[in-house]
Amino acid sequence: MPKKVLKEFMVEYLQILDEEGNCDEALMPKLSNDEIKKIYEMLVLTRVFDQKAFNMQRQGRLGTYIQFKGQEACQVGSAFALQDNDFIFPMYRDSGLLITRKQPIAQVLQYWSGDERGLKSPQNVNNFPIAIPVSTQIPHAVGAGFAAKLRGTKQVVATYFGEGATSKGDFHEAMNFAGVFNVPVVFICENNQYAISMPRKKQTHTETIAQKAIAYGFEGIQVDGMDIFAVYKAMKEAVEKARNGNGPTLIECFTYRMGDHSTSDDASKYRSKEEVEQWAKKDPIDRLEKYMRKKNLIDDSYKESVLNKSKDIVERAVAEFEKLPPADPKDIFKYVFAEMTKQQKEEMEELFG
Amino acid sequence: MVKMVVANIVQAVTMGLRQELARDKNVVVLGEDVGVNGGVFRATDGLQKEFGPERVIDTPLAELGIVGISIGMAVNGLRPVAEIQFSGFMYAAFDQLLTHAGRIRMRSRGRYSCPLVVRAPYGGGIRALELHCESGEALFSHIPGLKMVIPSNPYDTKGLLASAIRDPDPVIFYEPMRIYRAIKQDIPEKEYFVPIGKANVAQEGDDLTLIVWGAMIKTCQDAIEKLNNKYSVELIDLRTINPYDAETIISSVKKTGRCVIVHEAIRTSGFAAELIAAINEKALLSLEAPVVRVTSPDVPFPLAKLENTFLPDVNRVIKGIEKVMGF
Repeated sequence: MPKKVLKEFMVEYLQILDEEGNCDEALMPKLSNDEIKKIYEMLVLTRVFDQKAFNMQRQGRLGTYIQFKGQEACQVGSAFALQDNDFIFPMYRDSGLLITRKQPIAQVLQYWSGDERGLKSPQNVNNFPIAIPVSTQIPHAVGAGFAAKLRGTKQVVATYFGEGATSKGDFHEAMNFAGVFNVPVVFICENNQYAISMPRKKQTHTETIAQKAIAYGFEGIQVDGMDIFAVYKAMKEAVEKARNGNGPTLIECFTYRMGDHSTSDDASKYRSKEEVEQWAKKDPIDRLEKYMRKKNLIDDSYKESVLNKSKDIVERAVAEFEKLPPADPKDIFKYVFAEMTKQQKEEMEELFG
Repeated sequence: MVKMVVANIVQAVTMGLRQELARDKNVVVLGEDVGVNGGVFRATDGLQKEFGPERVIDTPLAELGIVGISIGMAVNGLRPVAEIQFSGFMYAAFDQLLTHAGRIRMRSRGRYSCPLVVRAPYGGGIRALELHCESGEALFSHIPGLKMVIPSNPYDTKGLLASAIRDPDPVIFYEPMRIYRAIKQDIPEKEYFVPIGKANVAQEGDDLTLIVWGAMIKTCQDAIEKLNNKYSVELIDLRTINPYDAETIISSVKKTGRCVIVHEAIRTSGFAAELIAAINEKALLSLEAPVVRVTSPDVPFPLAKLENTFLPDVNRVIKGIEKVMGF
């Protein structure tokens, strides 16, 4: 008996804005000029923040810091498609996402200075504390989405992770549960080509991360992660689909980590200068700027004012951060349980008298 | 008059779950085979029929996934009660419990919490397959932010389960599967609570404090019976491993001056070690003899044919008691 083809699959790739700022108008998401400007301003703000935080780490004013330069479009573009009440379950490279999601910049700095208070989400948004252990946050997103579905809250949940995270069981178990229970979750893989030193090709034998969704019975798409319009459009569609009860989506944002893995890493040991230069040409902010120039949405004075305003916002946040009162040492006991145990009370007494 | 129902431990679990599912629509039960099948031990029998597949949820076979998504559910307003089919399979979910469940309140500075219960049958003595008989309670006592509860009879099971489900923090709920059906009790049908963190003085005595939890309580009761009033033994059922009830233990040891601790788990870094440290810190001068541990040896849990060699039995408990009494 001849073999039969039971099922055929395809993986789509979405790019709307090319490196020269040329736009495929047919694919262009609905965005007003004001919205495009708002997105541009947020991209610049997050980049200014990233550079400032890096500098502060080098000056000894922050602890280890995780840069996200190159990945701004993944974070800003996706966050623009979410509502405040929606949930995000981010990872450590997502400071730009948190800032777009209204986490006060002073608090983001506070976290990177080694103070948990920086992780506390503002009341009006749902920013779950960033995950440090890779991939472990992905199941939480599925559970939060499951809860949203059962409670009828109409929330969508987005979770963020790198391509390295897709090697871990947490990712696969979460993806499987998401498919089985048809939960309102968007999985956003910021594929920045490296897990510290490990290149994407050695991380997985599949050609794309997007195709991993096929195995779990839902859609996966790869988008140009340095194309803000592609990220936004894919996210917007995935969020609407989820909110309408039509289940999860995996979005692979094909991007690049322009900086080192962390402030303790030296990426020149495992990747060439030429490679970094090639990716720099795809820069998400330059690309949007080229587009905006063609559309007369930007001129030199606007560009300068956006940059200056961003620097001003960040500098004010730094000043605010540096004036924050130190944590009460007793706080280490305060938030373990709703009520302190007798053992903890004794230990606190022993420590503080 | 309070209506009483005869129940064993498994039935007490089912009654507790039914009571909480009926009381709070945010309570959900999830795990492998918990729905249509009613659980491999029947602990969730009939619950899916009564509350529907959205409240009593059959999940894919993935322990990390079950606990991981339960954490997310708890963060977003549900009260999940996850079942892990056997405690020996908990370790796949250990990372989630350690790195997340116990840290959410702290990491979010109180903005989010994780009111989650993870139930699992635990302990040996049922001639089961490998890794079906683990006693890993001490591992969970070493994780800040997690509570660890082990009932030993039907009354405590229902009362502790209600407390665990209503607790604002994550609770690991280990059910002694060897005595799942061995003990029957009249228990109230209406709700009542057994508080987490409170030990039970199961029998008062003056000569010796015998501290125990889970299925070993039965072994210890048999040992006391066999000793036939030779010593006046105070039997303490710890019930909560973390946060444990130091007060009850210390006041008992101060009274008796002698103590034996019995657990199924292996000796090194077993929970008896922690209790002995507490006795050392708070009741040393009352001791007439060193505290003795009756435990399993530091080897992997053997297969069925040698499990009785591994597990403490009546004779080993008596030997421990005689050692302390004869010091």
